[in-house]
Amino acid sequence: MSIISYMEAARQALAEEMRRDKLVWAVGEDLGRGGVFGQYRGLVEEFGPERISDAPISEAAILGASVGAAMMGTRPVVEMRFSDFALCAVDELVNQAAKARFMFGGQTRVPLVVREPIGMWRSSAAQHSQSLESWYAHIPGLVVACPSTPADNKGMLKAAIRCDDPVVYMEHKNLWPLEGEVPEGDHVVPFGVARTVRPGKDITIVSWSAQVHVCARAADVLAGQGIEAELIDLRTLWPWDQQAVLESAARTGRLLVAHEAVQVGGFGAEIAAFVAERLGIKVRRLGAPRAPIGYAPPVEDAVRISETMTVAAVRDMLGK
Amino acid sequence: MAQAADGRKGRKARLVNEPAGLDRDTLLRAYRDMLLIRRFEEKAGQLYGMGLIGGFCHLYIGQEAVVVGLQLALKQGDEVITSYRDHGHMLATGMEARGVMAELTGRSGGYSRGKGGSMHMFSREKNFFGGHGIVGAQVSLGTGLAFSNAYRGNDNVSVTYFGDGASNQGQVFESFNLAALLKLPVIFVIENNKYGMGTSVERATASHDLSQNGAPWGIASLQVDGMDVDAVKHAADIATAHCRAGKGPFLLEMKTYRYRGHSMSDPGRYRSREEIQKMRSERDCIEAARHKLAAFDVDEAEIKRIDDEVKAIVQDAADFAQTSPEPDPSELWTDILKEG
Ligand SMILES: Cc1ncc(C[n+]2csc(CCOP(=O)(O)OP(=O)(O)O)c2C)c(N)n1
Ligand SMILES: [Mg+2]
Repeated sequence: MSIISYMEAARQALAEEMRRDKLVWAVGEDLGRGGVFGQYRGLVEEFGPERISDAPISEAAILGASVGAAMMGTRPVVEMRFSDFALCAVDELVNQAAKARFMFGGQTRVPLVVREPIGMWRSSAAQHSQSLESWYAHIPGLVVACPSTPADNKGMLKAAIRCDDPVVYMEHKNLWPLEGEVPEGDHVVPFGVARTVRPGKDITIVSWSAQVHVCARAADVLAGQGIEAELIDLRTLWPWDQQAVLESAARTGRLLVAHEAVQVGGFGAEIAAFVAERLGIKVRRLGAPRAPIGYAPPVEDAVRISETMTVAAVRDMLGK
Repeated sequence: MAQAADGRKGRKARLVNEPAGLDRDTLLRAYRDMLLIRRFEEKAGQLYGMGLIGGFCHLYIGQEAVVVGLQLALKQGDEVITSYRDHGHMLATGMEARGVMAELTGRSGGYSRGKGGSMHMFSREKNFFGGHGIVGAQVSLGTGLAFSNAYRGNDNVSVTYFGDGASNQGQVFESFNLAALLKLPVIFVIENNKYGMGTSVERATASHDLSQNGAPWGIASLQVDGMDVDAVKHAADIATAHCRAGKGPFLLEMKTYRYRGHSMSDPGRYRSREEIQKMRSERDCIEAARHKLAAFDVDEAEIKRIDDEVKAIVQDAADFAQTSPEPDPSELWTDILKEG
């Protein structure tokens, strides 16, 4: 174990995978400079510009070419730097990468990782702040991963690189500097296995990405008020750990799903409906208003799902 | 320096490199407008350093001659659209320094009432169509502005600015084809400041002459010294005349340079200090204009008067930007859809 940042954890994961497998390579804008956030620092020095490949600002061509290269059995890690920019390449991802295996009768696969950092940062406004994970969870043929801790960012990126299908890998921009214990060496977190952040008996809270940390603080506050919330970090939206969520919700009898993304049509709706259909228990969603994200702090903050709002939602569900 | 390519004939033609020969008053106006942008941007940099501006902030310092020279060739009704590096374009179109600075500080007195920030402003009144944060996005939009001009049968021109980095986006080439096909009155202005973030043009673009990027579609073009406001005006006159005459789109490649980092958080390790210093000391557009003004017998007192006027505008904008109230959180719910 060592204490490293969420960003460094991913950097380590990529470096280790590139050492392990010569077919792994990365492509994106400004990777040779270490990536805009520093996620690729030092990698071009070790692996050279053929494997840490700088690309012009041409998202559609970058992603489309990577799909082709993946069909030929190499394993591209495509850096889109903001999920907002990846929208320039949605056809390549949704119509091409996600469909190829099925549409061609299983003759080809697309072992591709698309890194699409999500989330609100500091006053980044409407085109640099979105959380679009539910869009991709909606698309058959895509895996969707949203790591929330440094350890998971190492273990899940490794799993993504080893996955034989296209993975939309969504790191949260606000988590880059977050530090935590990360296992050394070959730490791989399998997809579809949720993590119980804290056990509890009164209510189940499901979340992912940066919102997990807000929920954890809310759970601390609730504990001080005598309410024991069980917090589950879903980690991957597809596949998602239906077993763990059902088991916990059946035990606590209440489910709250909280996420930073817009609530309308968000993945929280899928989880809530899935659980309600099977258990018939009380469920609730907590997501952002259906509004673009504003620049000025008062407007930006108005879409954030805070600790206080989470506490209030839980108390309300418990009739307190 | 200015080189014309008559794409329709599929070959390069030399263009006499004659500056527009700006007269005394026009040159004075150009000097004032360039200085206003320079001082405004310096102040924005300071306010950013003080934490009064957040998020992304891309300064235009060094490139002032491009927008100011182009604006001199425009008339009422022409449209302007650009990327996130937009403060200079807005001031050039005559938008108020106060409203731009207050948007940077995220206040209700800003052009987007604090909801857009540095990258996202707009003015119907001045025909400025934004302020776009997705690289290349404004190019097809600008083509559409020109479509509307053609559709309405007016002689307005859409001036669509984008960077050397943006010139590699697919929709740029799609727009070239569409504009040429429909003979749309759009001037595509590539502001080639040599870098897209930390990537030099040479490392990002196989084409070594961006002015030729529209050649396959027969788009007439000029390569222009974008550090010389006079040369920019000359090229802009040719381009606007071409568009207004119904001859279709025109491409201007402006050879320019940004002195500051890509945004406020750019460590700048991709170029040398000497390179920046050399451009600043040998090619600065404002210094060059000042020299030319001296040749027109503009005396120190007149220059000083302009400097003072500009300083006062910028100070007033900065004061306004710090006293204008923050937007109410309820602004979140305005201007989304009619139904909310
Ligand atoms: C689609 C998209 N990809 C990437 C980015 C990140 N980005 C912002 S500015 C920029 C560089 C653009 O360079 P250029 O077009 O030369 O304009 P300049 O900044 O030099 O004015 C990049 C890559 C973005 N905003 N949008
Ligand atoms: Mg550039």
